[in-house]
Amino acid sequence: MNPVTEKFLKTLANWKGRFTGAYSLREDGCCVEACSTAFVQITPKKDLPGLDIHILPGSQGEVVAVPACVTTGGLDDLAYNDFFISPGAQATILAGCGLHTGDGPPASHSGIHRFFLGAGAKIRYLEKHLGDGGAALRSMGPEAHLQLEEGAQMEMDVAQLGGIDRARRTTQAVLAAGARLTVRESLLTDGAQQARSAFTVLLKGRGASVDLVSRSVARGESRQSYRSQITGSAPCAGRSACDALITGHAQVDAAPALCASHPDAALVHEAAIGRIASQQIYKLRTLGLTQAQAEEEIIKGFLSAPL
Amino acid sequence: MLNLQNIYWAAPDNTPVLRGINLAIKKGRLTVLTGPNGSGKTTLFKLVAGLLPPQSGRILLDGEDITPLDVTQRAQKGVCLAFQQPVGFKGLTIGRLLELAAGEALDEGQRCALLSQVGLAWEEYKDRPADGSLSGGERKRVEIATVLARPGRLLLFDEPEAGLDLWSLAGLLDVFHTLRECRDKGMLLISHQARLLEAADEIIVLAGGRIVGQGPPARILPSLTAENHGPLPRGGGEA
Ligand SMILES: Nc1ncnc2c1ncn2[C@@H]1O[C@H](COP(=O)(O)OP(=O)(O)O)[C@@H](O)[C@H]1O
Ligand SMILES: [Mg+2]
Repeated sequence: MNPVTEKFLKTLANWKGRFTGAYSLREDGCCVEACSTAFVQITPKKDLPGLDIHILPGSQGEVVAVPACVTTGGLDDLAYNDFFISPGAQATILAGCGLHTGDGPPASHSGIHRFFLGAGAKIRYLEKHLGDGGAALRSMGPEAHLQLEEGAQMEMDVAQLGGIDRARRTTQAVLAAGARLTVRESLLTDGAQQARSAFTVLLKGRGASVDLVSRSVARGESRQSYRSQITGSAPCAGRSACDALITGHAQVDAAPALCASHPDAALVHEAAIGRIASQQIYKLRTLGLTQAQAEEEIIKGFLSAPL
Repeated sequence: MLNLQNIYWAAPDNTPVLRGINLAIKKGRLTVLTGPNGSGKTTLFKLVAGLLPPQSGRILLDGEDITPLDVTQRAQKGVCLAFQQPVGFKGLTIGRLLELAAGEALDEGQRCALLSQVGLAWEEYKDRPADGSLSGGERKRVEIATVLARPGRLLLFDEPEAGLDLWSLAGLLDVFHTLRECRDKGMLLISHQARLLEAADEIIVLAGGRIVGQGPPARILPSLTAENHGPLPRGGGEA
């Protein structure tokens, strides 16, 4: 295996020499390895790059890993993955992308994921993005399109760990009655990086609920923007929260928007953007930490704080 | 072990706050700094810890001039400060904070001992974030514990009694007595608390940015009581 891919996989897919469960590994635009299991069928798409992934009835605690790695500049990878989750099925999906470039041409990856959750299905989705290497630009444009049938539940945990110069993420969801979506997003940008994240959620059925929380750290000269639009057209509950910490000359703008077209749609939003308080730095320095170590600890704590 | 020589500090608006402080703190003794609010006590601690630079004067630690050193360097030399108003940290657990203070991983025994010195149970608090979810008193205890965790030479406690109940205060006094018996540390407290003042080997009274009294409790306390127009507080202070 390409050593760059191997390094990424450790972070992206908890890889320890092999995958457990069903998987498909995408490397530099090609599927290099794939494996289905009794409850998870992975088949390549015929007309487009990407996969159809069927999580079958009766699946309980299955793990599906679909990591993608771009190990060289000069590549614009695009993959369309569709997840069909049978009613009542339960699974964990590990996705994400590692981008490596040198000092030459830039590279990008965009994973366009669609999720169709049948009634009562339960999915935990973990997605990580990271980049490393030289000065060439690393970009990504992940999209997630979710459709949750009655009583389906999806828990998304999305993290941009650093090293991505341009990120433009889009998440769209439509929820039927009693469906529940939780999103935990954490973004880390530094230097001249830019990241945008936009959510559009439609709560269409009675008792549908969404909880979006974005926790981000912008350092250096980086820029981030957070947009969310929650629409409630039934008795439902929605929350959008953006909590950002900035250091240096970074900038963050957050605009959570709410639209209730039913009188019993209970929607709230919060956005907080702040710097590290100098007293926090001072306290840790009096414990013997340097300025940089103190900042690191404060950021680590902030990103790991319960949401 | 700590020598302050002719320390002068004025606020950014040029109002003098400390005017020519000379002071010597010895090892193995408990010195308590007291005086009215606004007399410059906290400012003096900040100067010793390196949080503020004096406009003139020198600070010596065991004979070494530490005036040019920054906060981190002074901490590494063994200067520790428990702040009057502890700051909160989102997501940073009490366990992690104490580990950072100790500069190493602590074993089970050390951790429990550390927190029980300030009246808290390790199991109950280790994973709690050191943030606004703690009460004022809890935050204050954690703050004191961070200093007790340090391998420090000079321990500074700014009004440690604030927010502590009587029982915890008694426990803290025991801790100070034990530290004093170690004889290798210098201890300087800021306090208005009668019990702490009575336990002192020496009391220093600051007023208007100057030292206006210095001596053993037997000599200093009566005049303090007179100025206070009655007995000094004996219970826990406000958080
Ligand atoms: N950074 C500052 N800027 C302006 N004034 C200050 C600053 N720090 C302290 N002071 C002033 O110095 C005086 C002493 O404050 P402090 O040392 O906190 O007193 P104490 O701890 O004895 O109550 C107060 O009048 C306070 O307003
Ligand atoms: Mg004070």
